[in-house]
Amino acid sequence: MSVLNAETPDFLNSLKFNNINLLWHPSLSEASADEFLSLLENIESGTIPLDALCLEGSVMRGPNGTGRFHMLSGTKRPMMRLIESLAQKARYTVAVGSCATFGGITMAGSNPGEACGLQYEGQQPSGLLGESWKSEAGLPVINIAGCPTHPSWVIETLAQMAAADFSKDNLDNYNRPRSYTDHLVHHGCPRNEYYEFKASAEQPSDQGCMMEHRGCLGTQARADCNIRLWNGEGSCLRGGYACINCTAPEFEEPDGNFTETHKVAGIPVGLPTDVPKAWFVALASLAKAATPKRLKVNAVSDHIRIVPGAIEEDKEQ
Amino acid sequence: MTTTPSKRRILGPFNRVEGDLEVHVEIDDDQVSKAKVNSPLFRGFEQILQGKDPLDALVYTPRICGICSVSQSVAAAQALAGAQGLQSCPNGQLATNLILATENMADHLTHFYLFFMPDFARQVYLNKKWFEQINTRFKAQTGTATKDVLPARAAWLHLTGILAGKWPHSLAIQPGGTTRSITAKEKITLLTTIRCFRQFLEEILFTDTLEQVTAIKTEDELAAWQQTHQTSDFGRFLMLADDLDLASLGGTDNALMSYGAYHNNQEPLFKTGVWQQKYYTLDTSLITEDITHSWLKGQSKARHPFYGKTQPDSDESSGYSWCKAPRLNQQVVEVGAVARQMVNGNPLIQALVSQSGTHVKNRVIARLFELALVLPEMEQWCQQIQPKEPFCMTSKMPDDAQGIGLVEAARGSLGHWIKIEEGRIFNYQIIAPTTWNFSPRDTLNQPGALEQALQGTFVGDDETASVAIQHIIRSFDPCMVCTVH
Ligand code: SF4
Repeated sequence: MSVLNAETPDFLNSLKFNNINLLWHPSLSEASADEFLSLLENIESGTIPLDALCLEGSVMRGPNGTGRFHMLSGTKRPMMRLIESLAQKARYTVAVGSCATFGGITMAGSNPGEACGLQYEGQQPSGLLGESWKSEAGLPVINIAGCPTHPSWVIETLAQMAAADFSKDNLDNYNRPRSYTDHLVHHGCPRNEYYEFKASAEQPSDQGCMMEHRGCLGTQARADCNIRLWNGEGSCLRGGYACINCTAPEFEEPDGNFTETHKVAGIPVGLPTDVPKAWFVALASLAKAATPKRLKVNAVSDHIRIVPGAIEEDKEQ
Repeated sequence: MTTTPSKRRILGPFNRVEGDLEVHVEIDDDQVSKAKVNSPLFRGFEQILQGKDPLDALVYTPRICGICSVSQSVAAAQALAGAQGLQSCPNGQLATNLILATENMADHLTHFYLFFMPDFARQVYLNKKWFEQINTRFKAQTGTATKDVLPARAAWLHLTGILAGKWPHSLAIQPGGTTRSITAKEKITLLTTIRCFRQFLEEILFTDTLEQVTAIKTEDELAAWQQTHQTSDFGRFLMLADDLDLASLGGTDNALMSYGAYHNNQEPLFKTGVWQQKYYTLDTSLITEDITHSWLKGQSKARHPFYGKTQPDSDESSGYSWCKAPRLNQQVVEVGAVARQMVNGNPLIQALVSQSGTHVKNRVIARLFELALVLPEMEQWCQQIQPKEPFCMTSKMPDDAQGIGLVEAARGSLGHWIKIEEGRIFNYQIIAPTTWNFSPRDTLNQPGALEQALQGTFVGDDETASVAIQHIIRSFDPCMVCTVH
């Protein structure tokens, strides 16, 4: 449903202007029951060509590998068998969302459904189709990971395919489109100044940086959420809650709790991956010593108490 | 007397229904004599939640569903607040109401325009005098309505961009309020967005002011209104409902239930209760879930959700669905907008339902009526926000506690029951609106609400193409992903 939030233009016009013909969509198409089953038959027999298969939701393999947990309605066929068969026909196969990509939230805990992604099971390349699988276009499954995905991550990726302007170079190490994973969620976060001075939020509606106490993984999470905003002006950080790195495999099982920073000897374990730890710690303590009162006060408040440029540093509003 | 032997058919998959649905029907004399409703997807969220940190339920439960995500959040936050003994602050309550109402209104809009109405543009209606008009307006994907609705819906959801960071799957709703404080300037942006949507509703859906619409109190007044508003989309629906006699489709006379919606200063905007010929207070201790006809094991008789178990067993031979059968005092219950407005005593819905019961027509009217009822309230809530006051309260989670979260999602009553032991989730049970409406039979062999609604439906000789069945199913606005979770 997230993709229906697309704007300027809306979802259907976005497809139209990029020459994409929607064969079937669960929320938008008229075809139901037999009409839909005959469409599937025509695709499987090769009568109707399938340029792109987009799967939303994980592959349910349980119980005991039978696929009974997710049957294709109106048939006696496990959904995973249909997905395998359609993937063989499709020029491109696209996993939309972290469930279809890596197994995602449904793989959490004991993974009761035996869920997996199309070509990954958590961090392990495997999944339903297997590590070496390639679609007709010679590409692995294209993993538009995210829980949810931003509508334009999906639309732009499909548009690039429709324009035959999509290759292996457009994919990152988990086969996610680099159009959004070349960035970190931290880029463009309005809390950057608090981050610089380690002025940290403590309570749910505080305005400070959420890395130190509130579980934010924005410095590791690969996505452009604070550059390409959500629903107009939004993002998780702008909404006042931590980035939980939902574009990454196994985000559903964090080291500690989601909204509390996991620390060892007082130091957050999830430091930015490419920053040397000693340097980070030294810099952080230096920054803490220099934090302006404005940031210290505002970080633990739910609205701005000291405005920038106040002549006396501590002038409260 | 039956002249031909019963025919059995398996119908599905159903499009424009959130999630997976399969319906087994037996047909005698071109009529459905028996229906069995199957939810063919099991994911095991209740098992996933066991052993987790209680607050992490705020991450897991919204992800049950992409359209009821906020309702799941609110139910989880309320259950946790109950466990903590925590009260939200006024700003937190107002913001939560606004976020929940945004989702519920978006869902009503999506249901009407994208899920329900396109069925009237099907080829089976080609010979109807209204076909041309309805086809141009409501045809799936290409109708002019879709072009109006998608941008209006996306713009409307900007409310969540500000209030909740994003939609779906926000973490903004917390047990003690919301994580996002609102500034005076943002109040203006929110109000402007609400008024943009008011304009859409007034110019396109109703061609009338919302106040004039909600002033309609009787069947006669509605009929008179219909005469003067024929080019509104609501007017078009009423015309179709008359011509196709949608009041004769999908009727049931079950008890109607509402958990109450939009709490503000303790008093909900829509009342909590049960309607069965008259109003009763709701006693949630009488809610049980029965698994006699589910592919589940582990409990020999129906249990209250605090003691409920979720253990799949695909070999369970008496089972035909992954869905449990929730019952209120052993009775089948229907939930949704029509139930909510009956319980709340809305004069028009009371007049219509006491006349002819719940059916396809009344379910849709109640939903559209709610759009008109809730929007003006949202304007009020927005104006009541005090930017300098707190938005979120906090308190420690006890190591052993329990809590209940009861909310009204667009499609009806959603409940979460949490038990915490030694600081972890010991048991988490969820009963979603469609679990009530699309439940299988129970130990007394009572069919669920949809199963009853389908009984007696005339399907003609080509039952697979039966559009009547589709109208009935979609009139409940089912969300199958929430049903079994
Ligand atoms: S809140 Fe997260 S994303 Fe924002 S500045 Fe801090 S670490 Fe970066």
